Amino acid sequence: MDRSRRRFLKILGISTLGVGTISSVDLLAMVGKGEPVYNRTPDALVGKRWALVVDVNKLDEETTQKAIEACHQVHNVPDYGDEEEIKWIWTDKYEHVFPGQEHAYLAEEIEEKPFLVLCNHCANPPCCRVCPTQATWQREDGIVMMDQHRCIGCRYCMAGCPFGARSFNWKDPKTTYWKEHEPPNPTYPVRSKGVVEKCNLCAERLAAGQIPACVEAVKDTKAIVFGDLEDPNSEVRELLQEHFAIRRKPELGTNPNVYYIV
Amino acid sequence: MLETALKGSKKYWLLVLVLFGLHGVGATAFLYQLTKGLTVTGMSRDVSWGIYIAQFTFLVGVAASAVMVVLPYYLHNVKEYAKVTILGEFLAVACVSMCLMFILVDLGKPMRMLNVILHPTLNSVLFWDMVVLNGYLFLNIVIGWVVLSAERKEVPPPKWIKPVIYVSRPWAVSIHTVTAFLYAGLPGRHFWLTAIMAARFLGSAFASGPALLILLCLIVRKFSNFDPGKKAIQTLSKTVLYAMIISIFFVLLELFTVFYSQIPGHMHAFVYQFVGLHGHGALVPWTWAFAILAVIATLMLLCPPIRENEKTLAIACVLVFISLWIEKGVTLVITGFIPNPLETITEYVPTIPELAITIGVWATGFLVLTILYKIAVSVKEEIAS
Repeated sequence: MDRSRRRFLKILGISTLGVGTISSVDLLAMVGKGEPVYNRTPDALVGKRWALVVDVNKLDEETTQKAIEACHQVHNVPDYGDEEEIKWIWTDKYEHVFPGQEHAYLAEEIEEKPFLVLCNHCANPPCCRVCPTQATWQREDGIVMMDQHRCIGCRYCMAGCPFGARSFNWKDPKTTYWKEHEPPNPTYPVRSKGVVEKCNLCAERLAAGQIPACVEAVKDTKAIVFGDLEDPNSEVRELLQEHFAIRRKPELGTNPNVYYIV
Repeated sequence: MLETALKGSKKYWLLVLVLFGLHGVGATAFLYQLTKGLTVTGMSRDVSWGIYIAQFTFLVGVAASAVMVVLPYYLHNVKEYAKVTILGEFLAVACVSMCLMFILVDLGKPMRMLNVILHPTLNSVLFWDMVVLNGYLFLNIVIGWVVLSAERKEVPPPKWIKPVIYVSRPWAVSIHTVTAFLYAGLPGRHFWLTAIMAARFLGSAFASGPALLILLCLIVRKFSNFDPGKKAIQTLSKTVLYAMIISIFFVLLELFTVFYSQIPGHMHAFVYQFVGLHGHGALVPWTWAFAILAVIATLMLLCPPIRENEKTLAIACVLVFISLWIEKGVTLVITGFIPNPLETITEYVPTIPELAITIGVWATGFLVLTILYKIAVSVKEEIAS
């Protein structure tokens, strides 16, 4: 009697442990580190290290606006226009984009030119290093992703990013901006308050075989070119071979994947 | 022992009521923040941490109060601290509780906070901060409670508590170090990117914690029959003095490196703090207040007649506490975001709901402290009678 009771408890214990382990394995599987989040179609774009090359000479007010608008439309980015603004891609002056590189005799053209800035999808991203929940992580193709369903809104990644690429939803876009405006893209989710967001290099478009929205919007000018750095025949590699290109704050060792031909 | 907190004088209940009322104000403001989002605060895309995280940073320091009395008592047998160890431990409990509350109210999605445990991320300093803070809270509750219970029964504390006490001391150092690492390891924030950050945290913690402890000892003596002892207070005052000198020295080290090297990115934040940058100078009065108060307090403590007179000592301790509160609880965190990574300046001013929540958390912490101190003092009075 006593023995069988003990045996029963033992089995119960082992099976509880088993179920516990399985569920924690499931939880770990949900982390999805390095896995694409979107289901890939047969003609999905697959790469090893995605990058953008921005040809500053081809950028003007009109082109940059086109790129910004395309991105913000595709991803339902609200336009608050205040200090709580959300921006995935925007423009700033040379001295702000490349601080420390400016000097008093800078060519006027460069000084006034709108430089496009966005998440650099760093190869060594500090944002992923600091995130306490792996809500932001790096895919195998180099894209730094964001899971808005896991983010606890601690904003450590915003302190960690040296490029100011991240935005926080201080207010609820659903009950403020999207109450008055129709979200332009019904196939892309709008966010809720209290989570961080940023450029995802159009991971959802790549999965469907499309190039990033900003690249497509300025395709005819070739001001922004998208491609795989690990592919020696890619257009981005060709451009970097032919032109001198710089990156933002390379001294910090984050290894940005957005290049600027100046 | 909890029952001792339920019997008290009118003054005790009045204090509890006032603190509970302030807690209520903060809780209401927090509900408002929960519905509207963190938009009700003064934080922005550029200054993405504000007064909440700054208070957390400061209070981690005050929680060190325990280590500066418990360590000499248990490791070096400094007898005069026998009576104050419990006050130090309970102060640490109240401070770490406030730290955890300040992190909670700062989260955009507080209901998801358990994600930090569900998806433990060993490369995140914030994960480790969660571990060390909760551990320190637990250690101090257990140690304080067990030792006090034994004292009440007039028996020596159980043997197993000794190793727990030994573990708790380096643990106290860990909470400052890990909290400093939150800041000191970020590549893009020049102001925080300094190896001396953890040492600075420890230096100022060993001043602000014991300074508050001295003030609390004086208050306890005034309103109860329990006297923590003049000698304990005097010994603590020397700890405050040395820690204050070291803290000021560390700040001067920072200033030397920054201004002698003249690297613009490193200078900007300090220039912003002390004289303002590009016409922005919201923190200038605060920074000078810190500097002036810190120097006055140190000079006062350096002067034996002032230090030995408990009335003037109390004033010096208040100055120490205020100056270090400004340094850690206002300027250190906010300046890290100014200028922003694109070298533009957005300033930060907390809003009324944000201040209400901040006061609410402080009040809740002091409510915890009041109740714990009431228990400790009641037990001490009981033994004495």
